Amino acid sequence: MNRVPLEKKVLSENDRIAGQLRERFREHGVLCLNLISSPGAGKTLLLERTLEGFAPGTRVAVLTGDIQTDNDAKRLARAGFPVRQITTGGACHLDARMIERGLAEWRLEDLDLLLIENVGNLVCPASYDLGEAAKIVVLSVAEGEDKPLKYPSIFFKSALLVLNKIDLLPYVPFRIEEARENARRVHPEMEIIEVSCTTGEGLDVWRRWLDQWCRRSCRRDISTQPHAVEISH
Amino acid sequence: MHELGIAHSVIEAVQAEAARHPGAVVRKVAVTVGDLAGIDPQALAFGFEALTAGTEWQSLVLEILTRPRMHRCPACEFEFRVVDYQFACPQCGAPRTECIGGDELELAYLEMEEA
Repeated sequence: MNRVPLEKKVLSENDRIAGQLRERFREHGVLCLNLISSPGAGKTLLLERTLEGFAPGTRVAVLTGDIQTDNDAKRLARAGFPVRQITTGGACHLDARMIERGLAEWRLEDLDLLLIENVGNLVCPASYDLGEAAKIVVLSVAEGEDKPLKYPSIFFKSALLVLNKIDLLPYVPFRIEEARENARRVHPEMEIIEVSCTTGEGLDVWRRWLDQWCRRSCRRDISTQPHAVEISH
Repeated sequence: MHELGIAHSVIEAVQAEAARHPGAVVRKVAVTVGDLAGIDPQALAFGFEALTAGTEWQSLVLEILTRPRMHRCPACEFEFRVVDYQFACPQCGAPRTECIGGDELELAYLEMEEA
């Protein structure tokens, strides 16, 4: 019997396409961020609030993944920026080829920021590189503070944890300090931002984080407009 | 959930490699799966079995080599296996150590009989 060593990544084809995408983003000065969470943690509302805070003409676009329906794309398109739905038709994650296809009709030279909303799932999206500069994991306080320990892969691979729905803290048995500790146990260098997309609390901190990352990657400054997220009830 | 897709990628890689060795029969493929890869070995084995059943790859054996999360201490260069998220260096006590392994999802090797 002859043993042939391979030492090759299982997802090498995905990684190859992701590498090409990353190179294209770098070449055109586009910051690409990949947002991941379980279903219902609030990725779409966070993106809606984020888009609302951008001045008209900001060169931002969104690719949003869903197993079925284009509900999220319809919600996000209201802000007036380019949005494209990627319907995965059953797949529980986005892969690099879907991003490549999703971008086909856009010119990267017209963009500074590309936000990807992954399929709601804390497991599978962690394995697929989409060419992003950073993964961001969104966790809502309705989900339980042990999630970082249960799904270490995604917390380990994400640069930022957005703890969402903090307006619900008085009503749910969520120990936020423990959630932060658990996240840092898995990923000691992880940045953590607490927000409520309903009251707007913390969105200024999130926006500053975004502006800071954009300054590193983009040729233009997208932070010239004040962050205007005032939510009326 | 996505282990079926991963199993599919493994089979594709085996097919590509087999094509480079005409006449050889591939008996076994070994895959390295780290603790941080987010892959359930049992689900991967199940997906692999489901995909190969009734095909020319039916008798292909999948071996899954698991790898623990490994850290290295930048102060004393000690390398250690992380148990229960304890990242401090067990040798010199440095609190910050760096991850050097455990997120592998790789094809390790193929065993084949040459014609």
